[in-house]
Formats: sequence, structure tokens, C-alpha cells
Amino acid sequence: MSQSLRPYLNAVRYSLEAALTLRNFSSQEVERHNRPEVEVPNTSAELLLQPMHVSRNENEQVLIESSVNSVRVSIKVKQADEIEQILVHKFTRFLEQRAEAFQILRREPIQDFSISFLITNKHTETLKTDKLIDFIIEFMEEVDKEISEMKLFLNARARFVAEAYLGEFVY
Amino acid sequence: MDNSVLAKFKLVKGPIYSHCFSADRTILAITCDTKCYIYRMQGANSPPKLHVTLENHDKTVTAVDISIHGRIVTCSQDRNAYVWEPLSDGTYKPTLVLLRINRAATAVSWAPNGYKFAVGSSARIVAVCYYEQENNWWVSKHIKKPIKSTINTLSWHSNGVLLATGGTDGYMRVFSGFIKGLDTKEAVTNSPWGEKFPFGSLIREFYQGSYINDVEWRSNLEKIAYVAQDGSLNVADYQGNVQSVDAPEGLPYRTVVWVDEASILCAGYTRHPVLFTENNGTWGFSKDFNKTSEGIAKSINSLDISADDDETANPTFGISALKKFKELDLKGSVSASVKESAHLNAIVDLKVFNENNGKVSQVSSCGLDGEIVLYNL
Repeated sequence: MSQSLRPYLNAVRYSLEAALTLRNFSSQEVERHNRPEVEVPNTSAELLLQPMHVSRNENEQVLIESSVNSVRVSIKVKQADEIEQILVHKFTRFLEQRAEAFQILRREPIQDFSISFLITNKHTETLKTDKLIDFIIEFMEEVDKEISEMKLFLNARARFVAEAYLGEFVY
Repeated sequence: MDNSVLAKFKLVKGPIYSHCFSADRTILAITCDTKCYIYRMQGANSPPKLHVTLENHDKTVTAVDISIHGRIVTCSQDRNAYVWEPLSDGTYKPTLVLLRINRAATAVSWAPNGYKFAVGSSARIVAVCYYEQENNWWVSKHIKKPIKSTINTLSWHSNGVLLATGGTDGYMRVFSGFIKGLDTKEAVTNSPWGEKFPFGSLIREFYQGSYINDVEWRSNLEKIAYVAQDGSLNVADYQGNVQSVDAPEGLPYRTVVWVDEASILCAGYTRHPVLFTENNGTWGFSKDFNKTSEGIAKSINSLDISADDDETANPTFGISALKKFKELDLKGSVSASVKESAHLNAIVDLKVFNENNGKVSQVSSCGLDGEIVLYNL
């Protein structure tokens, strides 16, 4: 793990700890509704809190938008070249299609980010908050590794295929 | 490790948003989802016995309170409140309260005399409700101005007139809840808070700027303690002075109780109660109860980084293989050395359990983990 990753992850961890202080909050606008305030157009500004933006560089950023009863965490995964762009897109899409099994995963990332999580008061009431934070941090640690592993694998495979294909033309 | 935890009862699976004991501490009422459960206490050693389930609400019950006469009031996100009258056979008779609000009811509190109660709501209204003999129902009067957002919490002064409220608009306000025919002017003569107390008038307001999570009167001192989402504990008095202390751990408190004239107990997202005391006129942090070393679980991650560095410096094959399997073993599991506090999730409500001469010796708490815990102070 490189030197600058640790402070980055720590900053995300402490920001998440502070943001995950949620409560059950019934809607002020719609009768008998209880909805994540961060996801709905909101006329009561006091329910949305200041978003927190943690960024390591322009390719790796985390945006934590919190509200009274929900938090949206969006992660931008490092994408150095076109292959990584494709891999990240395929990988996050794979996860998002299985979003209900992940509970906190949002089906669509918000604009400019690779993947988004939506944590509501239901989640902090049924799951341990520490473990929830650990999960997100671990995800951030693992996803870079995963992508670079896939990239290596893809390159090796491409080389093998190219060799096998071009081998036909060797006399 | 301190032995401040007197008893711990795991009652329900879901979160308990509010709990309350009867005046003689024999009956415990808790909210869970759309129901309110009534338990009989059987001492600190055996768990409370489920007595009745009150189920008239069809949305989450947000608060419950028991009056000195044993009447139970519950309010819910379905916009209703019920008063449950105890009958001689141990059951309860519900009476719907005419709240006249069109959003969720969020907080409820009986006045000390037990003849009226206040309900806070998301409709930016505080409804003060009282029994009307001639119509045989509970009617309400509204306090609307100048509330701008949801009310989270309510607290009555012991004179039964002054009502402190806190909400998501970031103001802690003191209103008059004076009901003609119920309250007498004698209750508020010589009150330092003002001269006249017509119903619904704003007596004082204190701006905090973040959600007010709980307010609590200390009537004999004419002071109000309140905790806010910014992690502060504040003590306000009638002159408009506010003293503020920040939580040492940074996470906000959800609930506050006065222990005696110079100490306050808070609890919230840190999962253990924290005591603050007043020394020479300034409030400060004093003591943690039932605090556990929660850093252990966290340090697993940071530990293996330092271990990684050691390994590259001194590559011993056998050790690294051993470490590899250890790490595999740790994945996703809790290390056994983590000692957990009595509450596994945030504490949302503290109540006085035992009090002698104005000094509280035992408090009870309820949390999002569905537990009721009794603490010795």
C-alpha cells in the first residue's frame, strides 16, 4: 500500500463516521412517507447537510452527501487508461445489477463517479455502523487491486491470443 | 473495566426509539416498529415480562410516555396519538387524540401533573392536548409560530407551563403551554422567564444551527440542557446565556438527562453514556461509563500495514506463509478480543430509573439494537 493511500482512506473513514449519525425521519412534505432525503428534490434545505469531498487526485475521489436520514457515498475508481475505463465500467455494472443483494449499493452511480452507495437509517439500525464503514473502506482498497489484476490478466490473454493467431503466419 | 452496567435486557429485534417507566418503576413501555410493548419489571436480575401489546398504529411508533396516573400516550408516524387508559383487569383502553396534524408525530411528553401532554410533529406544529370532559375526548391546541421544521424533542418545566422544544431547524425554543382552566396563574408567579404566559407565546429562543436532538429542563435551577447534532452539549438559562461543551469523541449525542444540579449525563452514537459536570461555573467532560476499547477492531487494518513493511525488510518464508493464512482467517470475521459495550448500536433515549433527593443514582437507556440497559452512576 502506498504512502498516500492511508491518509486518504483515514479521511474517508472519519468523514463516514461523522456522516453515519442518522435518524428515522418521516417526510415533512409528503404525508405518511418516509424517504431518503438525500435522494429526493428537497425544499427544506435544513435536512441536507454540507457534502464532503475527499480527493486523493483527480482520478480518485469520494463524495459523501449526507442528510438527516440517509447518506450517499460515491466513489471514483482510478482509471488510468482506456482498458481500465472499460474494466471499471463492466465491473461496477456487474455489481449494480445485483444491487439488492448488496443492500447499500445504489443501482446507478451519480454523475462523474464510478459507483455509489446509499445508506439509510434502516441500514444503520440493522447493521453495525463500524462494519459498514469497514466494508466501504475495504471495497476502496480492493477495487484498485482487482482492476489492475484484471488488466494484467487481460493483457496476458491478449498476448497469448495474438501469439497463437500470428503464429499461423510463421513459416 | 467498570461495572456500571446493572442490567441488560434484549427485548426486541428492531430498534427501540423510545421507552418509559411508570412512576413506581414497575411497568416498562417500549416502542418497536408499529407496536408498543408493555412489560412488567421483575427486578434487575430477571428480564421484564411482556404484559400487553398496544397495536393501533399502522406506522412506526416514534414515542411513548407514561403519566403519573399510569396513562400511556403513544404517537406515531401515521399522524395519530392514542391515550391508553389502564383498566382494572390489566388491559388498556385506547382513545384517539384529535391532533389535527397532517404529518408524522415525532415526540410526546406528559406535563408533570398528568392532565395534558405535548406532541411534536413533522408538520412544524406542537400540539398541546388535554381532556375535554363534555365531549369525552382529547383535544389539542396548536403552537405553530415560529417553528420552521420538524420537532424532535419536548420537555416540560415542573410548573407545567413552560415547554422547551428542539427540532431540525436548529432552534431550541421555550413556549408557554398554558391551558385556561387547567393551569393556574399561581404556578408561574415569580417565574424568572417572564411576566405573562399566554398560550403559544414564544418565551425564549436559542439558535444552535444544527439539529437539536434532545432537551431537558432542570426546573429548580431554571436551566435547560440540550444536545445537538454538531456534537455539543449546551446549558441555557433564563438570562439567555448558553454554555457549550463539545463531545470528546466528536460524535453527537441523542439524549440527555440531569443527574444532579451540577452534572448531566449524555448518550448517543458513541454507544455509552458520558457524564459532564459543572466546576466553578463551567461545564466540562467528567467521565465515560461502560466505555470499551473500540479501537481494536479498527486497528486490524492498520496493523497489517506495519506488518507488511516488516515483512519486506525481513522476508522469512515460514512466517509470511503463517501470516497469509492468518489474514485469510480474519477476513470478514470479528476478532475475539473485541470487548463490546452493553449497547451494540446508538443509544437514543435515556430515562431516570432511580432518584434520591434530586440526585439520580440509576438511569435506563434504550438503543437501536433493541436493548434496554440499566446503568449505575
